Amino acid sequence: MADLLSIRDLRIEATAYPPGEPPQNIVIVDGVSLDLQKGKVLGLIGESGAGKSTVGLSAMAFGRGGVRLTGGTISLNGRDIRPLTPAALRKLRGREVTYVAQSAAAAFNPAKQLMEQVIETSVLHGVMSRAEAEARAVELFRKLGLPNPETFGNRYPHQVSGGQLQRAMTAMALCPKPDLVIFDEPTTALDVTTQIDVLAAIKEAIRDTGVAALYITHDLAVVAQVSDHIMVLRHGKMVEYGDVGQIINAPRMDYTKALVSVRGIEHEEKKPADPVLTISGVTARYRGTNFDVLKNVNVDVAPGQTLAIVGESGSGKSTLARAVTGLLNIREGEVTFAGRKLSRELKDRTRDDLRELQMIYQMADTAMNPRQTVGTIIGRPLEFYFGLKGAEKQRRIQDLLDQIEMGKGYADRYPAELSGGQKQRVCIARALAAKPRLIICDEVTSALDPLVADGILKLLLDLQKQEQVAYLFITHDLATVRAIADRIAVMYRGEVVRYGTKTEVLTPPFDDYTDLLLASVPEMRLGWLEEVIAHRKMESAGN
Amino acid sequence: MRRIPLSALIGMILTGGFLFCAIFAEWVAPYGYDEVLGKVWESPSSTYLLGTDTIGRDILSRLIYGARITIFVALAASILSFSLGSFLGFLAAVRGGWIDQVLSRLVDVVMSVPSLIIALVLLSVLDINLTVLIFVIGILDATRVFRLSRAVAMDIAVMDYVEAAKLRGEGQSWVIFREILPNALSPLVAEFGLRFIFAVLFISTLSFLGLGIQPPLMDWGGMVKENKDALVYGKSAALMPALAIALLAISVNLVADWVLTRTSSLKGGRGG
Repeated sequence: MADLLSIRDLRIEATAYPPGEPPQNIVIVDGVSLDLQKGKVLGLIGESGAGKSTVGLSAMAFGRGGVRLTGGTISLNGRDIRPLTPAALRKLRGREVTYVAQSAAAAFNPAKQLMEQVIETSVLHGVMSRAEAEARAVELFRKLGLPNPETFGNRYPHQVSGGQLQRAMTAMALCPKPDLVIFDEPTTALDVTTQIDVLAAIKEAIRDTGVAALYITHDLAVVAQVSDHIMVLRHGKMVEYGDVGQIINAPRMDYTKALVSVRGIEHEEKKPADPVLTISGVTARYRGTNFDVLKNVNVDVAPGQTLAIVGESGSGKSTLARAVTGLLNIREGEVTFAGRKLSRELKDRTRDDLRELQMIYQMADTAMNPRQTVGTIIGRPLEFYFGLKGAEKQRRIQDLLDQIEMGKGYADRYPAELSGGQKQRVCIARALAAKPRLIICDEVTSALDPLVADGILKLLLDLQKQEQVAYLFITHDLATVRAIADRIAVMYRGEVVRYGTKTEVLTPPFDDYTDLLLASVPEMRLGWLEEVIAHRKMESAGN
Repeated sequence: MRRIPLSALIGMILTGGFLFCAIFAEWVAPYGYDEVLGKVWESPSSTYLLGTDTIGRDILSRLIYGARITIFVALAASILSFSLGSFLGFLAAVRGGWIDQVLSRLVDVVMSVPSLIIALVLLSVLDINLTVLIFVIGILDATRVFRLSRAVAMDIAVMDYVEAAKLRGEGQSWVIFREILPNALSPLVAEFGLRFIFAVLFISTLSFLGLGIQPPLMDWGGMVKENKDALVYGKSAALMPALAIALLAISVNLVADWVLTRTSSLKGGRGG
């Protein structure tokens, strides 16, 4: 069979404008070739900056943000589309090739009903009449498992959940009966329990409509469920290209092997001990509301150990962190820390309370002042809590930089000059500088690529060994939990539904929610998705 | 360093020229500002480059001395309005609650009345001297700066690094001056240029209405007022100070525009 899409020696360039320097030409993608047949799915995988989205978008000869497709051929349905005029490309986009974006919430127009937007391209391109398009949209809504398919299109984007919106976007892409759909990280922004539904829906829709697809993601376990072939990209170059079974079970290149075996951290569970932090009977609500976001939470953390708080978004896990730090006033219950009862108000807490309880944020980008150097960021707690100055402070800053494995020459840099992983390391150093007894880690690895996240987790474990610091580790990622936790608390709608040591929590029998949560974590083997869908006990909350 | 665009270069040269004249007026000006030299409203000639005014004083010399007062008053008023407005704006954003409410509503009340009217009322009651003028213009302008800096600081105050500073136990002044101010500086600097021009126009307007700079001191607005009757006789005397005001406004604006585009592109540093 002839290839639907065939890309040869693709070269993509862009112009970079580094501050204070003349513009530079940079090569984003170099020498990538791929083939895709009708009805097949090709997974494009790589970490951020690998050029996977750029390659994906090139299938409709589109370069995002000033990116130029400068070399190679992109032949779609037998003709090279790279040299086509904008007018010719407009006819092709949204008809032969369609696109599903990562954040459906940002991609939909909030002022228009869903139906209007789902059928827009089909009607615009004259593929079908309005009535036909609407009928097809309802059909697709049904196929994608959306509730009340007949009336679903009358809703506005804010009236449906994130997972449903992502499926509506898939319906939009499939509506004009395209030959090729580009999925750009369609499930990355969703909770694991929601992701699985969307994933299953997408997979089924692809199979039923016989469309070809490019599936872009950074999660190998996800792509293994939906694709026939996988291409691994790194720094704009192809690393490995092969059958899905071969990539997962017998990767040839070192980089692919690292991706497949990521999350291989083994962590011995520590014995229970007297707690350093006790949260007892905590109930809290946000000001001006009458809904408890935390309901009678009882957990504790032992010195030098890790308590992982797990749950999907909206389960109250970050709120718990805010209650412990005093940013949110609790209504009932109390928090005891290092033998002292912590005041509910942040302003009434002693300097030692503040020093010994540090926090690391999910987004290292916004957690550091972009106008302060790394030296200032790490040095401030030293100065503030310990009164260190001059050479002594500089020495301590360097010690801390060594501890986070960053070495010399970083103290004078600004956050913008660091990579994502380095930024998070600096945040860890800032927390460490205060010599804390407990660090609250709020989704510290969620925004990072898997290999980088792995490095951060290893660092945290090493530091825990050296400094005997306890972690309150908030995450939605169960693989991370397995890697780092001593105790686990599973939260669901503001309540702790399961709590105990790691082995207790992760050993059956499970309650329904924990079962769903555990089953939803993508596993890196073929056929996992079908198994889970067939066996699970309850629907996800976001559904 | 990226190349300075032509428009900004012209703006900088002109602004620099105005500043130079203002500072070294004694050496630059051909005559004293209050010397009566020739006849009334003489046309420009080699002796009097821009002609003479309503009682025969050299217009060029008066323009040069007038630049000193106009620029000084406008600059002092802008500095006052920025120190006051941005500090209070940041405070309102950081503290929120009743402090924010009181300050914001107060500013709303002042802004709801046209500032020229407030200024006219105040100045007709108060003794008019340079200090009073600077304070009146500065405080009225501070309401605009307050609005801007509060909005900018609101965005910054919700960033995690500000929360981190609060959790560390940092005081108000560290949060305002070390965490928020450096990040709010670029929009504020650009705004400073624009506010300075408004202050120039404001003081000129007041002088033209007779409530600004009082004789024997004079500024450009006052000079327009003195010479406005010359227009009836087809003399250019009134146009010269008016032209100077326009030229200063445009040249400072060109520089401010450039600063705005330059600093706003630096914001990319946030995303990395």
